[in-house]
Amino acid sequence: MAEALLEIEGLSKRFGGIVASDGITLAVPKGELHAIIGPNGAGKTTLITQLAGEMRSDTGRIRFENRDVTALPTWRRSQLGLARSFQITSLFLDFTALDNVALAVQAHAGHSFHFWRDARSEPALREPARAALARVGLAERADVLVSRLSHGEHRQLEIAMALATSPRMLLLDEPMAGMGPDESARMVTILRELKGELTILLIEHDMEAVFALADRITVLVYGRIIASGLPQDIRANAEVRQAYLGEQEQAMQGVAQGAGHG
Amino acid sequence: MIARLTLRNAFVAAVLVLLALVPVYAALTGNTFLLSLFTRIVILAMAAVSLNLIMGFGGMVSFGHAAYLGIGGYVIGILAKEGVNSGFVQWPLALAVSALFAFAVGALSLRTRGVYFIMITLAFAQMVYYVAIGLDRYGGDDGLTIYKRSQFGELINLSNKTAFYYLCFVLLLATIYLVWRIVNSRFGLLIQGARSNDRRMRAIGFPTYRYKLTCFVIAGTICGLAGALLANHTDFISPAVMHWTRSGDLIVMAVLGGMGTVLGPVLGALALLVLEEALSGVTEYWQIIIGPIFLLVVLFARGGVDGLLAGMRRG
Repeated sequence: MAEALLEIEGLSKRFGGIVASDGITLAVPKGELHAIIGPNGAGKTTLITQLAGEMRSDTGRIRFENRDVTALPTWRRSQLGLARSFQITSLFLDFTALDNVALAVQAHAGHSFHFWRDARSEPALREPARAALARVGLAERADVLVSRLSHGEHRQLEIAMALATSPRMLLLDEPMAGMGPDESARMVTILRELKGELTILLIEHDMEAVFALADRITVLVYGRIIASGLPQDIRANAEVRQAYLGEQEQAMQGVAQGAGHG
Repeated sequence: MIARLTLRNAFVAAVLVLLALVPVYAALTGNTFLLSLFTRIVILAMAAVSLNLIMGFGGMVSFGHAAYLGIGGYVIGILAKEGVNSGFVQWPLALAVSALFAFAVGALSLRTRGVYFIMITLAFAQMVYYVAIGLDRYGGDDGLTIYKRSQFGELINLSNKTAFYYLCFVLLLATIYLVWRIVNSRFGLLIQGARSNDRRMRAIGFPTYRYKLTCFVIAGTICGLAGALLANHTDFISPAVMHWTRSGDLIVMAVLGGMGTVLGPVLGALALLVLEEALSGVTEYWQIIIGPIFLLVVLFARGGVDGLLAGMRRG
């Protein structure tokens, strides 16, 4: 087994009486695409927020590349190569798509105490930003204001910004949320290209996409891991079916049939 | 960058040319009041441009920006009273004390956001206001007359009203240029990104706090310089300069002219102070007229004067 890039041990977070994450222990090896599924309110986004460092955990440890990052602030984790995307699109709306991505490049190109030179004419920022846009299929839309882009394009831009930070690992929070079938298919293609090159933790509701992409799947219910394993094991797991997949039985059967081809 | 010849640029250029010609007109007509009024406008425009750097570009609504006008002014006044008249000592000290104060205010207030940020900046400004009132040796509530303007040897004589006006004007132009460079630099884009979405900025790897604090200090320092100019202009400094309504005036100037544009606050300062002057000649209740105008701008012309000019091109 490959060396673990991200190791989570006993991570918990409670909000008053609600336990959002409850003793989560998980290891993601280098190169793996690890999906986390679970019903609404299972604590998936809370987990990403804890991993990205935007929320302090009550207990537990997070190790990234054999380094304890539990106490590090968000920006330090980003500097170490842990990049997140947001479920609810979180972009700089009054900037162009290229400006957005160039900022992400800038964040990893030394300090920003440069007060004089026009940053929009720095090839060192613009070229990597254009490359990241091209990877997600937004090259043509570089100079459009983000507020004028479609929802699907916002989702693609989310990925481009995460990529522009030259990450070692992506934490993707429902990259396909609110997408139509065509857009979802395009996103699956994008993620498939990234897979293998980067380690990815993927939270997603789109079961078809999850089973098509994931190397391993973890199921979260009420903040607790109820199962973790290979996609076929998860599909066969009775507890998972009962707790979560039952309502999506139909979809699952579709996936099972689809998987038969592969 | 290629400057496009739009109505807006033409208008701004015309305003700057007219500002440059004010002393000529004043000399020809012997209207010294006009020169004095415009000196004040230019100085407060500088303060408004500095406020706009943090408020318009950085999203940091400081409700205590007039404190720096007072701090810059009091450094000049206190030093003059103590017999230190050299501008080479007074001015750097005025800037340094303003910067230090901005650092202290920013370090604390930038840990909060929204209404709390506004309230903390206001609270600090009020503190300085009351400290100034308590300075019995330096006039307390009544203020302090400055008998001798800052001395710069043979370099420039600040008592020459025309020379002083041009000094203020050149410093305003320098401020505008500096702010324009800053907002288009890496630092400036970072600041604007933090205004737009601070959480995302941290997620992509920026330690935003230290940059916002730096921006806050730059703005405070520029405003401290405006304060030093103002004290020299009026030959007087009093706590009234720092009254919270003065901070409000600076915000009004920035909003009226158009936040988020470098030149907007200059137009705002011009509009507010000229209106104030013209209307106060008509009625002592001039604020009753300014109020609704401000309201209309906020409701219907978010971009302020500058936005209206930019919009006319399209319309």
